[in-house]
Amino acid sequence: MTGRRPAPTLRLLRHLLLLAGAVVMLAPFFLMVATSFKPKEEIFSAEFHLLPQRWGGTENYVTALTQVPLVHFLLNGAIVTAAIFLLQVLVNVPAAYALAKLRFRGKATLFGAVLLCLMIPYQAIALPIYILFYQLGLLNTYASLVLPFTISVFGIFLMRQFFLGVPDDLIDAARVDGMSEYGIVWSVMAPTAVPALVAFGIFSVVAHWNDYFWPLIAVGDQSLYTPPLGIAFLKLNGEGTAYGPLMAAATIVIAPLVLAFLVAQRRFVEGITFSGLKG
Amino acid sequence: MAAAMLVVSPHAAGMERAARGGAITLAGIAKQFGATSVLRGIDLDIRAGEFITILGPSGCGKSTLLRIIAGLETQSAGHVAIDGLAVDGRAPDRRDIAMVFQSYALYPHLTVAENIAVPLRMRRLTRLQRLPGARVLPGVARIRASIAEAVQAVAATLRLESLLLRKPAQLSGGQKQRVALARAMVRQPKAFLMDEPLSNLDAELRVHMRAEIAQLHRELGATFVYVTHDQVEAMTMSDRVAVILGGALRQIATPSVLYRDPDDLAVAQFVGTPRINILPALAVARGVDVLGASISVPTGLPIGTKLQVGIRPERLTARSGEGAFAGRLAYRENLGSDLFLHVALDGAPGPLIVRSDPSLLDTVSLGDRVHVDLSAEHLLLFDLEGKRIRPAGSGGVHG
Repeated sequence: MTGRRPAPTLRLLRHLLLLAGAVVMLAPFFLMVATSFKPKEEIFSAEFHLLPQRWGGTENYVTALTQVPLVHFLLNGAIVTAAIFLLQVLVNVPAAYALAKLRFRGKATLFGAVLLCLMIPYQAIALPIYILFYQLGLLNTYASLVLPFTISVFGIFLMRQFFLGVPDDLIDAARVDGMSEYGIVWSVMAPTAVPALVAFGIFSVVAHWNDYFWPLIAVGDQSLYTPPLGIAFLKLNGEGTAYGPLMAAATIVIAPLVLAFLVAQRRFVEGITFSGLKG
Repeated sequence: MAAAMLVVSPHAAGMERAARGGAITLAGIAKQFGATSVLRGIDLDIRAGEFITILGPSGCGKSTLLRIIAGLETQSAGHVAIDGLAVDGRAPDRRDIAMVFQSYALYPHLTVAENIAVPLRMRRLTRLQRLPGARVLPGVARIRASIAEAVQAVAATLRLESLLLRKPAQLSGGQKQRVALARAMVRQPKAFLMDEPLSNLDAELRVHMRAEIAQLHRELGATFVYVTHDQVEAMTMSDRVAVILGGALRQIATPSVLYRDPDDLAVAQFVGTPRINILPALAVARGVDVLGASISVPTGLPIGTKLQVGIRPERLTARSGEGAFAGRLAYRENLGSDLFLHVALDGAPGPLIVRSDPSLLDTVSLGDRVHVDLSAEHLLLFDLEGKRIRPAGSGGVHG
């Protein structure tokens, strides 16, 4: 696109289009938060108001937090997503380093295998994994929530692309300085890849914090429920659907992600554009 | 850039001036990448404390050779010995060498001080002692203090004290290069391997750093192996220059011998700016016939042998009167101190380049007829393969 500014009408049209997109994206979230503040009668009344006419937020949030152990679910979610992310980094970073910077037989084939795995949706392999975990007696444990996701081919791919941009001289300098290959991975490659790690972290945490499919299969014990399962539990509980408390719970569950994104936003964008390190 | 020269006190950095070894012997080094042969049978004896430059065009294999010496690359054949001890298969950090890279290769997330300290931390501290909380372990504080002291000393030597807390991204190219040198110096290696360390710097800084590195070599007394494609760097800094062309070592000699007495046409052409003039010639009774001009020079060749002669631009004189050759002035390059005339000779394939006095600028103009004379004793003879012909009794080197 040239630097010439388009005509004012075109610019207005462009902004209107973007605005419409933003409304479509934000409306569900807005309704979620607004509904969580409304009393029950108002939610079910025929007359629709965007903002709550009467304050019902306190009751909804108290119900959400007391009727089910929501805090416990949040804690489960934090444990599971943190464990997944840490194990993913432990596997991804050395694997990506090897694929990006080491010379060995079968490297192209291995990288081809990584790309191939990117194409496989995990729903497709969920049942085999379920049966495997059943045989191993791991179902209904934290391990069953964490282990299937410890090897993230997406993470390997992302980190490998980032590592390709790290100059070879840097690695050679580390070798001359006396670092081992693992030393290079953790003291040279990982620190230079912080933007990419943060970006990957956001993808990973969002995906597994919000995951409903696998926890639903893997755990039956309520004490192991992750937040999305907990919300569903709230919905099924009691007489009919209590939308107010449900929306309050959803807001509570999403809040940590939104806060984390706002904090890491700059790094996130950096990681996506791969501007962290130039050779 | 201030022209202040480095003053390195041997005591300041705790370095001994006395030679501490560092002789490097390469025997029959060859390297293949798949089917491509990058290096072919390189034999090279580098003396302890010598500043040797490996000179060659890009892609000639000179960087690969340096990486083989460092242990970053494994040779396909041949042996590397440092101070008589075979180091083949030994990891880079166990060869007692340091390397300086073209891109400086500083750790971007560490400060200047931390960068310089890395080689010492890796050597003096164990894996356990390097852990973040290991300060409390017995003895660690003392080792850390000794490292900090060594870093300070080297930083003082290279005038980096004020930059110690900065990150590499906040440094200029010249400063980064000095940090890279400091990181190499801090552990007092036997030999410094430098891979085109100045090619990322601007012209002015390069001249300055050239002098700094040469000075550093004199003060440290360690072996310097310096890889470059820049013949000016090779000629100005080195004790000896090894010319590598097409993966083979063509000649190793002092810069002046390399220039005056090349073994090989390719070496003669690679060294010297502007290039040496090459003309076809024929052996005749008492010399050679070059483009119809008979030049009296002993050749020891049978009459009628075809050969090539080389003559440097400064060994030719342009004049308006009589001369060995005649041609038209095709181009003039005025560099201020020198004037290079490109003379299109009658019957010659390319123009002859003649260095002359800039005062000639007023008397000749493009298209003028110019005569060129040469001194026969500066004529270099090569056979058609490019091998130097040194007739017996000719003495070889002149002037």
